[in-house]
Amino acid sequence: MEFRTCSFTGLKIHKPAEDLIKWNVITAVLFLTLGGLMGLLIGITRWPSVHYLDPTYYYRYLTLHGFDALLVWIIFFEVALVHFTSAVLLNTRTVIPSAGWIAYSLMLIGAIFVNITTFAGKADVLFTSYVPLKASGVYYTGVIIFAVGALTAFGHFFANIIQAKRDGAYKHSLPLGSFGMAAASIIAVVTLAHGAVIMIPTLLWSIGLIKYLDPGTYRLIFWGLGHPSQQINVCAMVAAWYMVSAFVLGGKPVNEKLSRTAFVLYIFFINVASEHHLLVDPIFSNWHKIINTSYVMHLAVFASMVHAFAIPASMEVALREKGYTNGLFEWLKKAPWGNPAFSGTFLSIIGFGFLGGTTGVIAGTEQFNIIRHNTFFITGHFHGTVVVGTTLAFMAFSYLLMPYIFKRELIMPRLASVQPYLYFIGVSMVSIGMMAAGALGVPRRHWDITFSGAPFSFTFDPSVDMFLSIMGLGTLLAVFAGVIYVVVIIGSALFGRRVAP
Amino acid sequence: MAIKEPERIWWKPYTWDEKFWVAVALLWMLTTFTFMPVYHFIGKQNPPFETYRVRNPEQFTALVDAMVEKYKVGEEEGIPVVHPEPGSDVFLQASMWQWYPILQLEKGKTYRIHVYSLDIVHGMSILPINMNFMVLPDYDYVLTLTPTTSGEYHIVCNEYCGLGHHMMVGKLYVK
Repeated sequence: MEFRTCSFTGLKIHKPAEDLIKWNVITAVLFLTLGGLMGLLIGITRWPSVHYLDPTYYYRYLTLHGFDALLVWIIFFEVALVHFTSAVLLNTRTVIPSAGWIAYSLMLIGAIFVNITTFAGKADVLFTSYVPLKASGVYYTGVIIFAVGALTAFGHFFANIIQAKRDGAYKHSLPLGSFGMAAASIIAVVTLAHGAVIMIPTLLWSIGLIKYLDPGTYRLIFWGLGHPSQQINVCAMVAAWYMVSAFVLGGKPVNEKLSRTAFVLYIFFINVASEHHLLVDPIFSNWHKIINTSYVMHLAVFASMVHAFAIPASMEVALREKGYTNGLFEWLKKAPWGNPAFSGTFLSIIGFGFLGGTTGVIAGTEQFNIIRHNTFFITGHFHGTVVVGTTLAFMAFSYLLMPYIFKRELIMPRLASVQPYLYFIGVSMVSIGMMAAGALGVPRRHWDITFSGAPFSFTFDPSVDMFLSIMGLGTLLAVFAGVIYVVVIIGSALFGRRVAP
Repeated sequence: MAIKEPERIWWKPYTWDEKFWVAVALLWMLTTFTFMPVYHFIGKQNPPFETYRVRNPEQFTALVDAMVEKYKVGEEEGIPVVHPEPGSDVFLQASMWQWYPILQLEKGKTYRIHVYSLDIVHGMSILPINMNFMVLPDYDYVLTLTPTTSGEYHIVCNEYCGLGHHMMVGKLYVK
């Protein structure tokens, strides 16, 4: 079999696994570019002094921004992580590489279907496509094909670890990075099943084979897809955090029992917790909502609190072992802040916890939800979790993949080393600006908060303009940092200096 | 190490700092998690959950029209202003892209506001107090509320409902 030994990590890398990782990462980055471009256009449209796009294009690009940046970029990257953790990390092979390529092709075809249909103006339904808002059948077909591809790819994880066990690649327990991706893959299967349950009837409804779909039921099952898919991201992101800490610093979790228990809590509790999306919906009793969002959600939040301790602790222990033992914080001062893989991971932890996590717990509370639901606050919250958290963590991890998998040095290493900081500041401005405006009532998914053409007009608190300008400036900074990222990654993959395999 | 198979026995006892952190986190979670249902009883503002299935949209529209006919006190921009019996059932209908009619409520009186959508999903955002509810077709959502501050309020749609979404602004008066 075709294996090489990585000169940085000592890992044995199977050629087909390497190819699958490369293609999935590059495709992910291309869709991030597209999603980011859409983000720029809609971001400056919501900046009142610029207000760039027409409403038609605003909602169209908003649909695409959600699909490309939230779904396509992240899931392609996660598929790369599937192969990385179930083959490379175990020093073993990816079984049936052709299944990996089938999954890759399905996801790509599905994503292209959705993009073309939306660009053509046949699916201005936003990412959530709440029925009875109807898109062309091609749109739903694209989503289903993409989901089938993703399901195949996550299924590959299980095939790989079963074979790895047979091959003796691990004897008893998976490494923690793989364990985290196992949790992600389990959640992915459950989540994508929800996707099938709701998207297939929606497709049939859009082409006229089903007469009626209940809008309340759609929202319930859609969020069984929509929110847990963020939990795939959380698991994958936390796995990436642990792996970066291990690769860059040699850090190991202080107690594997604690970290693994936390992943198991995610699997059990996060899916039902997605009912916080329906807190002010006319379905279900209060008790139904309380049990799902309060009881169950907080057990998942508890898991995040455990990781929030375990990962920085693993970094501290590793750095202290390197001799940085003066005072309480020498280890923090002497951490490799110039290494974008480390700084990106660290900032991702901070941003996910303080910007995304805390605000999510607040907005997911039954009573607070009344004053936050569907406002810009929610958009600010999930830019804290998904962008500062997951996207930045994946960016950081991809800086490691360049030498390990692509066998290339980073081009423009100086620029790469400031990229996570710029991106963190930019997206944090976006997130904070949105949350502040949303707390004053500014709605999300809204083209014009001056309500031009409306019979009545409402004037928001004047500070809203300032908060939305902070968001607008943050958008520019984040996009600038995003461009650096794309140039560095694609540039390194194509033209970076080759390093010894 | 996160990238290597752990030593055989990783089921180690926790150290004091881990125990401390887990205890703090668990306690915090338990507090928030009990307080939400507790607040449900002691708090004055909880999401309403009374809801009915609307099988026939015309029936709802008929109720709206009857209320408008009986209690109409004026008109703004072609939309009737309605001053219904204090403490009664009132109706608010959402459609692309209008809130119908304009309700005039009395301070301190409790109303049962039935909100309903004629076409697609809308979001009801009462500004500037920033209270938000989903409005779905086929569901009559009963918001039982007692206005406590008089003044002029606006109802803005905050769920995307097509190109005219930003024009969907209505009014609400509390006297």
